[in-house]
Amino acid sequence: MSGSIQDTFFEECEELLEATDEGLTAIEGGDHDSEVVNAIFRAVHSIKGGAGAFGLDDLVAFAHRFETVFDEVRSNRLELDEKLIQLLLRSSDQLSALVEAARDGGEIDEAHNDTLLAALDEYIPEEEEDLTFEPMGLGGPAPMMDLGDLGGAPAEPQEETYRIRFQPLKEMYGTGNEPFFLFQALKDLGELTVTMDENELPGFDAMDMSEAYLAWDLVLVTKETRSKVEAVFEFVEGLCELSINGDGDAEAEANALAALDAMFAAPPAADAAAAPEGEAPAAPFEPPVPAPEPEAKPAAAEEKASAPKAESGKQEQRGGPKPTLRVELERVDRLINAVGELIINHSMLAQQIANLNVSDTRDVETELEGFKNLARDIQEGVMAIRAQPVKPLFQRMARIVREASAATGKTCKLVTEGENTEVDKTVIERLSDPLTHILRNAVDHGVEKPDDREAAGKSKIGEIRLSASHRSGSVCIEIKDDGAGVNRPRVKQIAIEKGLIPENAELTDSEIDNLLFAPGFSTAKEISNLSGRGVGMDVVKNAVTGLGGRINISSSPGKGSTFTIILPLTLAVMDGMVVSVADQTMVVPITSIVETMRGSDDMINSLGADGTLLSIRGNFVPICDVAGGLGLYRESDQQAGVYLLVETETGQRCALAVDDIHDQRQVVIKSLDGVCGEIPGVAAATILGDGKIAMILDPESIIAASPTAAAFDTERRMSNAS
Amino acid sequence: MKTKVLAIDDSRTIRNLLAATLEEAGFEYHCAVDGREGVDMYPDVDPDVVITDINMPNLDGFGVIEELRGTGINSKVPILVLTTESAPELKARARGAGATGWITKPFDDASLIFALKRVTGAAA
Repeated sequence: MSGSIQDTFFEECEELLEATDEGLTAIEGGDHDSEVVNAIFRAVHSIKGGAGAFGLDDLVAFAHRFETVFDEVRSNRLELDEKLIQLLLRSSDQLSALVEAARDGGEIDEAHNDTLLAALDEYIPEEEEDLTFEPMGLGGPAPMMDLGDLGGAPAEPQEETYRIRFQPLKEMYGTGNEPFFLFQALKDLGELTVTMDENELPGFDAMDMSEAYLAWDLVLVTKETRSKVEAVFEFVEGLCELSINGDGDAEAEANALAALDAMFAAPPAADAAAAPEGEAPAAPFEPPVPAPEPEAKPAAAEEKASAPKAESGKQEQRGGPKPTLRVELERVDRLINAVGELIINHSMLAQQIANLNVSDTRDVETELEGFKNLARDIQEGVMAIRAQPVKPLFQRMARIVREASAATGKTCKLVTEGENTEVDKTVIERLSDPLTHILRNAVDHGVEKPDDREAAGKSKIGEIRLSASHRSGSVCIEIKDDGAGVNRPRVKQIAIEKGLIPENAELTDSEIDNLLFAPGFSTAKEISNLSGRGVGMDVVKNAVTGLGGRINISSSPGKGSTFTIILPLTLAVMDGMVVSVADQTMVVPITSIVETMRGSDDMINSLGADGTLLSIRGNFVPICDVAGGLGLYRESDQQAGVYLLVETETGQRCALAVDDIHDQRQVVIKSLDGVCGEIPGVAAATILGDGKIAMILDPESIIAASPTAAAFDTERRMSNAS
Repeated sequence: MKTKVLAIDDSRTIRNLLAATLEEAGFEYHCAVDGREGVDMYPDVDPDVVITDINMPNLDGFGVIEELRGTGINSKVPILVLTTESAPELKARARGAGATGWITKPFDDASLIFALKRVTGAAA
């Protein structure tokens, strides 16, 4: 139970941290509005509150300091200057780090944490730094209250008798405290005898309804500690005359003296309370009727009358954010699946109608078209539920850039654009790592040191621009820095050293730039723990292609580099080309197809023993037979005569040989995870209109596994070189 | 009849914690996400006790107490405020506004139930 509550706490933390970041970014941009400051204060305060509930002490301590500084700001005791804003930004980063550490059980950088705490302390006035709880200094007759000891020292198992004199002041009744309830709480601790003292109650005519006249003498026999007894009266401290005296309470001299005082002050009460149970004055649990009680009725009547008014005010007072609904992700995914089935169902229906051989199907086709459009609308609607703005992701990236800048001694600022662009939730989640890596790289390798930048006539502060936009059914994420650009001679040299390319290879600028994505490539002379960690940009590329996307780099020496990531809008449905290969129906993603053509024998040239090349308008392209690549065998009468020209990320072109092309349509992607292991060349599966399962091909991996393509690639590089 | 609790807190975590503890202990639990909603919901829920956070958007905890006590909606309902350890002045201020008592964050199940016991007499 508490596990799931803790999960929601961390989820909420993410939102609160985003709110904090958002507020701080606004403050950084010059918006010092009190509501912005208040919102941050509340967010940090909520993190602290939740963290306290789970005993996350580091997080509580940090959030407390952070919050206290913000309290100073919102009370106008502290001015937001540049230095403080920077500290707050770094503190917000640290708060995120602490949340992460608490969630994932990681380590935090203690030294850094302490430095920030100390820096925050400088903004906190002396008296506020004292975190210890001070009991409310009301100086009443119960000076020994130890409020902090609710569950403290183990109780002495000995029974103790407490004599309690309790006389409410009239102020107590205004706070909603009822003596009767306090007595019930006392009764839980042991055996209780209650005697009401109404000696001060005046005659009815002289009674003032707003005055308090009653007092109670209580005797409690309990094995509980004194502090537990005192805790019952915690809420009414200062609102009553109270004395609590234990019979054998000799542990503190003060208590003993107080007990003596009480005995001298009120002997009759003590006597009465000590009388055996059942005798006249003892009145256990007669509900006491405090003086102002009669007011309750009119109040209740008024409450009913005011109800409709409060109700009508409800709508008007809801300003601010649009109303939202939190739904379990699983429910949305079920809906997405159902929509997927609907689309499949549509194609099945269309197929069945086609099979009926009815002469005039125009009317049916019109309706079918309507069905299809509706299905698409629903699909888009459901996708929109899963879609989220990239804003939170981008905000996290600002933190990454700050951290990376601090670690490398460079000054960089991140400018974000198109933060409201919406992308599938899963895509956003899986984009976090690659983006982090690219940005660290941009700071580490792209942006020059401040002095070098100045020498190059640039501003000392490096600028990294992170933007998102929708581009013809895809999402485009661009990371552009204004650094030195790719050091091409160096990249080429490394690629040669690592055997990635032949020594005499002639590559275009773009080909050299894209070498950065080659497996095992890393330009850092030593692996810096910032962008390196032993993984290169190839991991980034794999992550992006894993999402069905593409990544590209373009660079201009001295001016900077731009990484472009193109992602599909959704992971659930895609446009595919339905083809047949050796009696099997398969789907090739449209996005990877450049063109399709029917080949004739004279277009085919051989390369080596088994390889073949397709000649397209004077250019040779290696042929990869899909059947061969997947280990399928053709009957003698079957022949691969159709070619799909595809292009890989590195610009490598290849002709996929298939038997025939059927049509182009939207297919629902069904993951093979958990159904069977990874099949080389196959990305996923789908269900076609006729109910058959078709594999969705992954052209990249087919080409990667093709010996012809590899041989051709080497050949090409060699010939380029000569 | 179950004792009805109206909890007002903008933190989902705190609401979840309260809900888990109170429902398990047999209270009838209602919640609002900010002070304004809490005050608006009050007449419909008609709770036996209100638990409210202090720092909230739209209407803070003091506002909640003042509105519940001041507008005559209910001047007597016990109101417990959720406070943090270092804020005795908050407690004094809350009491000044008419709060019945307070629950210190972080709270454990026992202290939460104990606080409710002292202001409603009910263990559930």
